[in-house]
Amino acid sequence: MSAEGPAFAPVLALRGITKRFGALTANDAVDLTLHGGEIVALLGENGAGKTTLMNILLGHYLADQGEVSVASPEGELRPLPQGSPLAALNAGIGMVHQHFTLAENLTGFENIVLGLEPLFGLARGRRAMRRTVEALMARTGLVVRLDLRVAELGVGERQRIEILKALSRRTRILVLDEPTAVLTPQEAEGLFAALRALAAEGLGIVFISHKLDEVLALSQRLVVLRAGRKVADRPTVGADRALIAQLMVGEEVEVERPAPAQPGPAALELQRVSAGSGRTRLIEATLILRQGEIVGIAGVSGNGQSSLAGLVAGLLGPDSGIMTVLGRQGGASPAERRRDGVGRLAEDRHRDGMVGDMTVAENLVIERRGERPFSHLGLLRPKAIRAAAQDAIASYDIRCPGPDAPLRLLSGGNIQKLLLARALAGAPRLILANQPTRGLDIGATVSVHRRLREAAEAGAAVLLISEDLDELFALSHRIAVIHGGRLTPTADADRLSAAEIGLAMAGEAFSAFGAAA
Amino acid sequence: MIRFEPRAQPSLLLRIAIPIASALSALLLSLVILALTGTPASRAIGLLLAGAAGSVFALTETLTRATPLILTGLAAAIAFRSRLWNIGAEGQLYAGALAAVAIGSGAIEGPPWLMLPLVCLAGALAGGLLMLGPALLKAKLSVDEVVTTLLLNFVVLLFVQMMLEGPLKDPMGMGWPQSAPIVDEAALPKLVAQMRLHAGLIIALVAALLVAFLQRATVLGFEMRAVGGNASAAAFAGIPVAATLVKTGFLSGALAGLAGAGEVAGLKGYLTSDLSPGFGYAGIVVAMLAALEPLAVIPAAVFIAGIFVGADTMSRSLGVSNYFADLVVALSLLCVLVGSLFLRYRLRRVETA
Repeated sequence: MSAEGPAFAPVLALRGITKRFGALTANDAVDLTLHGGEIVALLGENGAGKTTLMNILLGHYLADQGEVSVASPEGELRPLPQGSPLAALNAGIGMVHQHFTLAENLTGFENIVLGLEPLFGLARGRRAMRRTVEALMARTGLVVRLDLRVAELGVGERQRIEILKALSRRTRILVLDEPTAVLTPQEAEGLFAALRALAAEGLGIVFISHKLDEVLALSQRLVVLRAGRKVADRPTVGADRALIAQLMVGEEVEVERPAPAQPGPAALELQRVSAGSGRTRLIEATLILRQGEIVGIAGVSGNGQSSLAGLVAGLLGPDSGIMTVLGRQGGASPAERRRDGVGRLAEDRHRDGMVGDMTVAENLVIERRGERPFSHLGLLRPKAIRAAAQDAIASYDIRCPGPDAPLRLLSGGNIQKLLLARALAGAPRLILANQPTRGLDIGATVSVHRRLREAAEAGAAVLLISEDLDELFALSHRIAVIHGGRLTPTADADRLSAAEIGLAMAGEAFSAFGAAA
Repeated sequence: MIRFEPRAQPSLLLRIAIPIASALSALLLSLVILALTGTPASRAIGLLLAGAAGSVFALTETLTRATPLILTGLAAAIAFRSRLWNIGAEGQLYAGALAAVAIGSGAIEGPPWLMLPLVCLAGALAGGLLMLGPALLKAKLSVDEVVTTLLLNFVVLLFVQMMLEGPLKDPMGMGWPQSAPIVDEAALPKLVAQMRLHAGLIIALVAALLVAFLQRATVLGFEMRAVGGNASAAAFAGIPVAATLVKTGFLSGALAGLAGAGEVAGLKGYLTSDLSPGFGYAGIVVAMLAALEPLAVIPAAVFIAGIFVGADTMSRSLGVSNYFADLVVALSLLCVLVGSLFLRYRLRRVETA
């Protein structure tokens, strides 16, 4: 369908958008046109300028140069007042963010109409709004339970609420940032069907994703940014994964598979271990992970992974069952785990990984602050700290203003490279890689994967917790699925298909793993 | 139209200029209010400046007043840096003063050279121990330390009053609720002849240097900053968060307790229940003005002290209530908070269609 060209008039035109932050040019004279009914995929590595461009479109940032025009209801392109989120909303631009922006204590319906209700009105309009929302649900096929509080809903349903919210304001341009990052493959399919239906009605959609298969399946046009410049704007037809990856990175990227493992002694052993509480509780998990192999734990976030990770990282102790980590039985503190030789990557790097106001160098040595050569008799040794930071910056290609810059100035991918450098320092024997590439671009992902693979080849055991099937297959020797706190036995990755894992992640069929979990 | 845009990293110049501009704006705003009461503003500001720094006497008075403010300012700065909201410096100051007179007014007879260090140590220890309770409750049970430290202020002040009416009451005090005087060996020496300025200032300045060193150059300081910057990331990285908070609390309380000991041993000579005109609370303003930087606490404390002392002079000459100083201090805090907004954001003029 993409070959026949857009059936509608242009709804959005960005002309020569340039945005600089200090010395960094985040957007360099970027042009982008979007027609009604068209799905454009916006691609690029982290730091390529996608988010900046969308923030300008939405009025969060002011462009240094360039113009944003949006079609008026009569279909004629008019300049949009810049730097005004309200003007962008009123012009019919809706955004679904990667991180949900819902009020958890309100119902789905309340979230959708939030901001639409007049401040000093009675609830008179509510019934009419309710009908409008229900009509919208029927039309788009995005069905949600409107009267449950958002806190009670799963991620898929939350996202449908986000989209309904974005659509409920006579939206003609919809921007989706990484919409499938937290969805199961089946949920993602449902989302795509709804998006196609919306496009057919004339909605213009900008779709940001790092998952190339999705991009190929959904979009009609590809716009690729690299280092702030638009490097490609072409029909999706005729493009393939390798070509897109090459456009984004500027060089050929090969898709790798793990080398066969030569497993050694057990590094991590769980026997009917339970830990944690609430919805993320881990229930009677059994798992053996040996030196030199990578075991992937597949699952949608919030199914017990954080308890499993907490046990290995030292944040949590087991309530029952037998756990042995690198020879130590039972729970331990984070510091003890590290000393035992566990390298740890936090699932949420902003919450548990980084201290944004401290420097790059300080964040790099935070785990080893009390050890030589970084300190002696309680006094820090800035030279040694700086030297170690320079090394890590060079060998992990961490792009930053320097070792003394506050960490919060770095992009997500570079922060993750830093955290990886920290986790792998001192050649750990067991590595906890919890969602190691979430939100990273291809270049950063490839480099994180290479490091993990190299560590396993050098004899480390790697526990990879991920919801990205490509990643699980690219790295793991064996894969288990976690759902509702229960862990399946592992199965050899070679013998599994994405569909089998997807079904097990959704809690539907575990037959591929040889057990009813 | 004008709008806010986030700044990537504020320059050093800006970080110095903004607190100064905030302090000056607070002064200007206060003068506007003063003018509304019919007081000639130019004369008022002249008297204020003369009272704060117009003579050797005025200067030494300002520095005398700045001495406890540096210490309570450090107490707030060190705690706030670790996101431990110690609002209890006032109580810790009194606890320190109480311990100082308990040790230093003749109850213990040590060698003369030992008395002064002993009194200072007792004051610091008392303040530190008082803060241990709230810090432990916060670290172990997540009890809100704002509530516990604030309420402890009143508990301690009442306890001090009880002691001054009872066991610590000076038998030679003509019935006034005051403690027996500190012995001469335990008194802090004067720095300028015939002025009230005492060696407590040296202690306060050294304390500021030590706190700056602690935060920048030691493992403990690293841990304190990490816990304040992101406690859950610090815990993940293996920093003992609870222990760090307790250590921070002890140090913070000890600094405030030292301020109390200094006031007793350097200035008043004995303890009364009106020893502090709110040094503990003003220390919070000092710390905020200093953006929690230990060395910047010194000029911030001198500024606030100057306002207090200058306002005294001004109020005597013009008949303005000396609550004026409280007005300036309160406005300073508000202006600093607004100022910190400009540190993080810049204003940009945009053309609106």
